[in-house]
Amino acid sequence: MAVAKMSLAKALNESLRRALDTDPKVLIMGEDVGKLGGVFRITDGLQKDFGEERVIDTPLAESGIVGTAIGLALRGYRPVVEIQFDGFVFPAYDQIVTQLAKMHARALGKIKLPVVVRIPYGGGIGAVEHHSESPEALFAHVAGLKVVSPSNASDAYWMMQQAVQSDDPVIFFEPKRRYWDKGEVDTEAIPGALHAASVARTGTDLTLAAYGPMVKVCLEAAAAAQEEGKSIEVVDLRSMSPIDFDTVQASVEKTGRLVVVHEAPVFYGSGAEIAARITERCFYHLEAPVLRVGGYHAPYPPARLEEEYLPGLDRVLDAVDRSLAY
Amino acid sequence: MTVESTAARKPRRSSKRTSAAKTPAKAPEGSAPELVQLLTPEGERVEHPDYSIDLTAEELRGLYRDMVLTRRFDAEATALQRQGELGLWASLLGQEAAQIGSGRALHDDDYVFPTYREHGVAWCRGVDPTNLLGMFRGVNHGGWDPNSNNFHLYTIVIGSQTLHATGYAMGVAKDGADSAVIAYFGDGASSQGDVAEAFTFSAVYNAPVVFFCQNNQWAISEPTERQTRVPLYQRAQGFGFPGVRVDGNDVLACLAVTRSALERARRGEGPTLVEAFTYRMGAHTTSDDPTKYRADEERAAWEAKDPILRLRAYLEKQGAADEAFFTALDEESEALGKRVREAVRAMPDPDRMAMFDHIYADGNPLVDEERAQFAAYQASFAEEGE
Repeated sequence: MAVAKMSLAKALNESLRRALDTDPKVLIMGEDVGKLGGVFRITDGLQKDFGEERVIDTPLAESGIVGTAIGLALRGYRPVVEIQFDGFVFPAYDQIVTQLAKMHARALGKIKLPVVVRIPYGGGIGAVEHHSESPEALFAHVAGLKVVSPSNASDAYWMMQQAVQSDDPVIFFEPKRRYWDKGEVDTEAIPGALHAASVARTGTDLTLAAYGPMVKVCLEAAAAAQEEGKSIEVVDLRSMSPIDFDTVQASVEKTGRLVVVHEAPVFYGSGAEIAARITERCFYHLEAPVLRVGGYHAPYPPARLEEEYLPGLDRVLDAVDRSLAY
Repeated sequence: MTVESTAARKPRRSSKRTSAAKTPAKAPEGSAPELVQLLTPEGERVEHPDYSIDLTAEELRGLYRDMVLTRRFDAEATALQRQGELGLWASLLGQEAAQIGSGRALHDDDYVFPTYREHGVAWCRGVDPTNLLGMFRGVNHGGWDPNSNNFHLYTIVIGSQTLHATGYAMGVAKDGADSAVIAYFGDGASSQGDVAEAFTFSAVYNAPVVFFCQNNQWAISEPTERQTRVPLYQRAQGFGFPGVRVDGNDVLACLAVTRSALERARRGEGPTLVEAFTYRMGAHTTSDDPTKYRADEERAAWEAKDPILRLRAYLEKQGAADEAFFTALDEESEALGKRVREAVRAMPDPDRMAMFDHIYADGNPLVDEERAQFAAYQASFAEEGE
């Protein structure tokens, strides 16, 4: 059956299974990815079916995981490594930024680094410190990396296929609070390009741009605004590096207004990049300044406060109202 | 217990090392052997129970030639930096035996992950020495194809490459290949977490990798005592694989010990740490001034252990090389210096558009956009000039 309804987590699992099945050079690596199937069970059952040589439990050392994956990639393998949680990627940040991102260029293109770094990210699940962060801008700032995040099961399935097939390193941010959301996945569909944004909902009065976990919030906000007679378009960016500005531009030229929504702190966040570029591209189409909704310039708060920190329906609608008031 | 007394402790080694080596991922019993030496600073040949070596006169001359030419290349690069032709140079002066001995132990299908000072190892791999100068001249950040000589790019962030070597070695094992991998690093890098993680991963996965630490006593201005409280080779034991300290100024010992470690890796018996006990005679790089942090007497003491002089003394005693050999080698050295000098001066600056090349294998719309903007900006000057 080509079309099936499954959770985003299951879609990732099925996608990794297909990748392992298709290409014997694909490896899964990470802490607890074997028997346990990962703390979110994204790799559930894969070691059982593909063996310990393909699905590799690693020592608890993130720099080691990414550093050895680089070596395996140099040997011709295509490692997909799991960083257990967003806040744990920093011990590996050096290997990702100083080595993984630059090696292809340093070798004048003679070698390729097809490594996927999977990072469950973002808040909303009541977790402890270092388990709820959104560090995507730190990676998007680095040339040589692709940075993507699916918002739904179908994208999760197809973007993972594309990430594994990419000859460039891909930082694959998985919206952990959407792992259990179900959606239809057509495993025979022909997907759009990995970096292409998609219009998740059409509208004429204002554009909401978001990615990963915030797409659902934006769709809910658009539905709520509809009841008040406002027509909101939602663009799912899908990729934070590169960003498909053409799709955002086309939407803003139609609506004249843009609000960018993400969980990461607004300051120096991806919203700043989008606001700057879209202002440059669409200056004469804009009816209001590009507004941003996101986290504060504060460490991600304790779980009992995260509902205040995370952009929710009300904060998004407040920004919509402010934009429309210009 | 002081460092000195640990280092001087008599090993309970004898034949244990050989038998222990047959069990993967298990450390040898007792402490590791003391400094392995096969050629004294005076050029006397000595035997070691675990590391015998028997080389023909031609092979000995070959090692000597490698060391002399490497030193000549290094001297030329240092001079080129002083003349403003290179932005920086990391000299290997004094470390020729460690690099040529280990480099000549490698098979063609072995893979090397260097730091940024392995000019002698590159020489052994057949990498054209002028290729090494591009990054120091500022025309590229590496610039050679690592797969053409199985010699990876130089790595500036110290210790990072030990993990790449380990991963590569894990791949070699997966492929069922009987080649080995060698990672070079220094005593300063031994303090990095990546090196400890590389030790962990290589031991856990029994990876066919040799960690070759050139302990040249100084990490810029920090002495080895600021990196470790135990002799570096002893670190290996805690990770579950053998460590051995070799006289890093003795090319025969470096060759024998590295050969043994590589063979062990090829047999599927896992990693080995080799600590080549040597000395960096010059500065860390040409930006550095070693007179500010170390005594002249120390350098003088190491000068007496010079790797080239001791092999020359042995060659002469053995009658393995005549005057014609040394004369011809002198001429070859000068020719190499001249070739390097001319090649560097002729090295073109990269095309300005090259900064947009090879950032992504699959291409990238942002890079394309910025490349086009930059090209248009540059073209605007050309139009103005007309």
